[in-house]
Amino acid sequence: MNILLLLLIIPTLTILALMFSKEREQARLVSVVGMGLQFVAAFYLLFAFLRERASGNTDDMLFTSSYMWFSPLNIRFDLGVDGVSVALIVLTAIVTLAGVFISWRMEDLAKEFFISLIALATGVFGFFVTLDLFTMFLFYELAVIPMYLLIGIWGSGPKEYSAMKLTLMLMGGSAFLLVGLLGLYFNSTGAADGHTFNLMEIAAGGIPVEAQRIFFPLTFVGFGVLGALFPFHTWSPDGHASAPTAVSMLHAGVLMKLGGYGCYRVAVFLMPQAASEMAWFFILLTGFSVIYGAFGAIRQTDLKYINAYSSVSHCGLVLFAILMLNKTAMNGAILQMISHGLMTALFFALIGMLYERTHTRIVQEMGGLMKVLPFISACYVIAGLASLGLPGLSGFVAEMTIFVGAFEHADAFHRVWTILAVSAIVVTAVYILRVVGTMLMGPVNNPEYAHLPAAAWYEKTGALLLILPIAAIGMAPLWLSEMIRFSLEPIIRQLGL
Amino acid sequence: MEGYSYTIWIVLLPFLVFLLTGLSSMYIRPRLAGLIGTGGILITLLLSLLTAAQYFSTAPPESGWPTLIPFDATWLKFNDTLAVHMGILLDPISVMMLVVISVVSSMVHIYSLGYMKGEAGFARYYAFLSLFSFSMYGLVLATNLFQIYFFWELVGVSSYLLIGFYYDRPSAVAAAKKAFIVTRFADFGFLVGILLLSWYSGTFDFVMLNNPDGAAIAGAASATFMGASVLTWALVLIFMGGAGKSAMFPLHIWLPDAMEGPTPVSALIHAATMVVAGVYLVARLFPVYHLSDGPALDIVAWTGAITALFAAVIALTQDDIKRVLAYSTMSQIGYMMLALGVSGYGAEEGLGYTASMFHLFTHAMFKALLFLGAGAVIHAVHSNVMGEMGGLRRYLPITHGAFLVACLAIAGIPPFAGFFSKDEILAAALHHNPAIYGIALLVAGMTALYMFRLYFRVFWGEDRQYHHTPHEAPAVMWAPLILLAVLSAVCGFIPFGQYVTADRLPAGSHLDITIALTASGISVAGILAAMALYRKPSDRPAQIAESLSGLYRLAHRKFYIDEIYLAVTKNVLFKGIAWPAAWFDRHVVDGSMNGIAWVTTRVARAIKGIQSGQVQQYALSFVMGAVALAALFIYWLKR
Repeated sequence: MNILLLLLIIPTLTILALMFSKEREQARLVSVVGMGLQFVAAFYLLFAFLRERASGNTDDMLFTSSYMWFSPLNIRFDLGVDGVSVALIVLTAIVTLAGVFISWRMEDLAKEFFISLIALATGVFGFFVTLDLFTMFLFYELAVIPMYLLIGIWGSGPKEYSAMKLTLMLMGGSAFLLVGLLGLYFNSTGAADGHTFNLMEIAAGGIPVEAQRIFFPLTFVGFGVLGALFPFHTWSPDGHASAPTAVSMLHAGVLMKLGGYGCYRVAVFLMPQAASEMAWFFILLTGFSVIYGAFGAIRQTDLKYINAYSSVSHCGLVLFAILMLNKTAMNGAILQMISHGLMTALFFALIGMLYERTHTRIVQEMGGLMKVLPFISACYVIAGLASLGLPGLSGFVAEMTIFVGAFEHADAFHRVWTILAVSAIVVTAVYILRVVGTMLMGPVNNPEYAHLPAAAWYEKTGALLLILPIAAIGMAPLWLSEMIRFSLEPIIRQLGL
Repeated sequence: MEGYSYTIWIVLLPFLVFLLTGLSSMYIRPRLAGLIGTGGILITLLLSLLTAAQYFSTAPPESGWPTLIPFDATWLKFNDTLAVHMGILLDPISVMMLVVISVVSSMVHIYSLGYMKGEAGFARYYAFLSLFSFSMYGLVLATNLFQIYFFWELVGVSSYLLIGFYYDRPSAVAAAKKAFIVTRFADFGFLVGILLLSWYSGTFDFVMLNNPDGAAIAGAASATFMGASVLTWALVLIFMGGAGKSAMFPLHIWLPDAMEGPTPVSALIHAATMVVAGVYLVARLFPVYHLSDGPALDIVAWTGAITALFAAVIALTQDDIKRVLAYSTMSQIGYMMLALGVSGYGAEEGLGYTASMFHLFTHAMFKALLFLGAGAVIHAVHSNVMGEMGGLRRYLPITHGAFLVACLAIAGIPPFAGFFSKDEILAAALHHNPAIYGIALLVAGMTALYMFRLYFRVFWGEDRQYHHTPHEAPAVMWAPLILLAVLSAVCGFIPFGQYVTADRLPAGSHLDITIALTASGISVAGILAAMALYRKPSDRPAQIAESLSGLYRLAHRKFYIDEIYLAVTKNVLFKGIAWPAAWFDRHVVDGSMNGIAWVTTRVARAIKGIQSGQVQQYALSFVMGAVALAALFIYWLKR
């Protein structure tokens, strides 16, 4: 059986098993086992992929299979992965498993919560393994819809407002996207029997430039909304602030990556000419949001808002790098997606742990936590250092690759925007160190904090699951970077560079 | 390279020690962590000395001292031309730095066993020291610009962690943050410089970049941007990184505050090793700076000269013993920078380069000694402020003796170490630019004055009534002092020109007698002035301060540079950009999203009455519509 199919079957079976589970203990056990298996399967896929590549298989897509689904419209269920999707699948598996551990103590409606959470993850896995635009869109929606329930039911604060806002804005993005995808379908010429939804076939056949000019911006913005493209990012601070911990982790960690992945895999890959023509405009937007998000984060006092704005900055860098339209920068973009996914999930996990103990997320209300919560604080410092691009952690590798790639453009426009984007490394240091200095260091400012419970085993497991890959990528990035770089060949061919 | 494969352990061992002590810091006995850390660093000391002996004992070939790469691995490939390597590069300056780092770091590790005894977080302290040593070794052994940047950031974070070691003190937290952010800002320039230089030259590699024929940098040298070659821009930006790390004016503001860290940390990081990384960086790329044929080296020279003078003036007025030493460090690093800036490439021309490296070496020894001595003083009297000290020579005889040697060394009194290196710097400056020579000479006199001001106020002056009788530090603390004192006394006799020159060819060291006499004369004058003013308690210093009130206050308040920075960051960056950005986001961007939603609901509310579900109403609308259509139709037919 195709291993990619397995990646969809495991979560589906987990959901089925969850439906029959009775109480909380059972539900979380089923979830951990299911997602643990998924974790193993994802790593198995990674090794299988690397083995295939090592044995000389240079196909664009590996592990492909195709099932006809609705022949009148030529909708198929096409599976296949390259280095980029494998990397993102592994990321998703890690973050999902960590999220399940972090939700170990979920009180209300645990079973339903885990079902929704895993349904969301299934959508993400599905999105990364399919090569058919229609199926991709289907999985995309499958990932977005449970978010509404997860925030609306298990959220905190103004959760109805946030859930509604997030869902409506993402649905608005989907509307653009649907038009863009249909436009691609009706302009596709690659297939022998009429139009096609298959990515590789569309790419091979090409889309007329006039059509590209209409549908590129629609597709890019449609995916961009999920990737926190300025000015469509405002769902993110409110959404994260209201979402329960594991949902924030999954959302910022992997769901936002769907946006970047879509921009790369669909918008730029299928419409390279329009991308080259219009890149400048989106570089303005994304380059701006890199700085803007970082400055916005300085002003925030709520930890989740800080992280949300930080994500606007970091995800802005992902789209910025994709728009550089060269191999190095795109490689950096994918690395940044993985790095940001890991560290932002770590951030949200830690914020959740802190909130459970101190019942506040306001930075100024906490102080001296390093003394009372050494494990959580040390992890927070590591996450912070990863976020500000410390060498030896994953963020550095990604950012440097992006900057070197962006520097390959020698014209004044690109240079100026690149240097502006580079300057964000300073602003990032400011907001990260402000939080670390105020919240973790200094004297303990609340006598009640002296008795805060230390991190439990499931919290430690969740945090370590995320820290280890951050450090591993940061110290030895070559294999990952090469795996991704090789998979960028097709898009570089498309761009005619 | 045959026979140097063990050098990899100089870097790896501290890293392993860091992992071991860092991960187990909550579980193992603190003392054990200290011993593991110290044991690890002593092994690297042996390996470093072995490397130096092995490297310098073989006579250099015709072409001069060789560059050896005993280890090299690809760490990351950016594209087909640019790849990052992690490796080990041995040449005279990196081997010299190995000796400096391993000696000072070992002394600090041993000293800290006594100084930090009983502190909470003792194991964490040793873990961070190991992290620092690892990063610093990695930095000086770097084979390429990117590797140096990698470890550059890591020494920065080690410095952050160690300055903020007493993390429950708000002042330490603020100082750590300031140090990181100011150097980060400088590193922004450094990074852009690296990106520019590597894009034009297609390599990060030092061997390629430093090729004396200049082939690698030809592209950057020929392209121009705003009136200067791109090469010059890149080198100035790279120097910006170096200036940040080495606390050159105006990026120096973090160094005095960094004294919030434990004193042995100040000795290691903020006196002997990390802060000279900027000097090392310029020296590492010296052939490129020399070939750039632009103002880059002049900028280095003048930045160094201005910092040397500026810091010396401030050092004269400070009352905190560690801050005096911090400004002194700035001033001495300024000396090293100016020496590099005035240097040429060839035999006689290259004197500045040799002098700079020589001074880096001697300074590391005596400044580490000064800080460790100051630590012993602070340990004894539990205060940093000179006003609370005096007459300590009777209580701390060993510290006093060692401290005096260091003071004589830094003041440049023959035959102590600083005399030789300072003489070379002055000779190089005179040869190149009389104005810089004048500044350097003035600074030499001021150095003697402020150092002996410190010395007399702490060890002489009036005998205080101490709460607890100050007592000499334990042996683990004074043994390193003695060793460093011996080094400070004798290491000036090393014939540095034989080993370290810009073009790698051995050159003779010679003493310029005129300059030597002038400089020593000025130093002696400085010492005598300090003796007259501070040996016995008197109100003469206060009178002088009074008579120079404006200037004195200016210097005492460090020329208000901190206040200027604060005003800029607070008013421009926070109030001017960050706050408006956050407001704009919530009110304009998000406001328009909410506005769309609001309009949609309003429209819906306005028209929802139409679909009421009442059949009568629908029927009425249907009939009215039909009538209206019929009327329209008839009217249209009639026309």
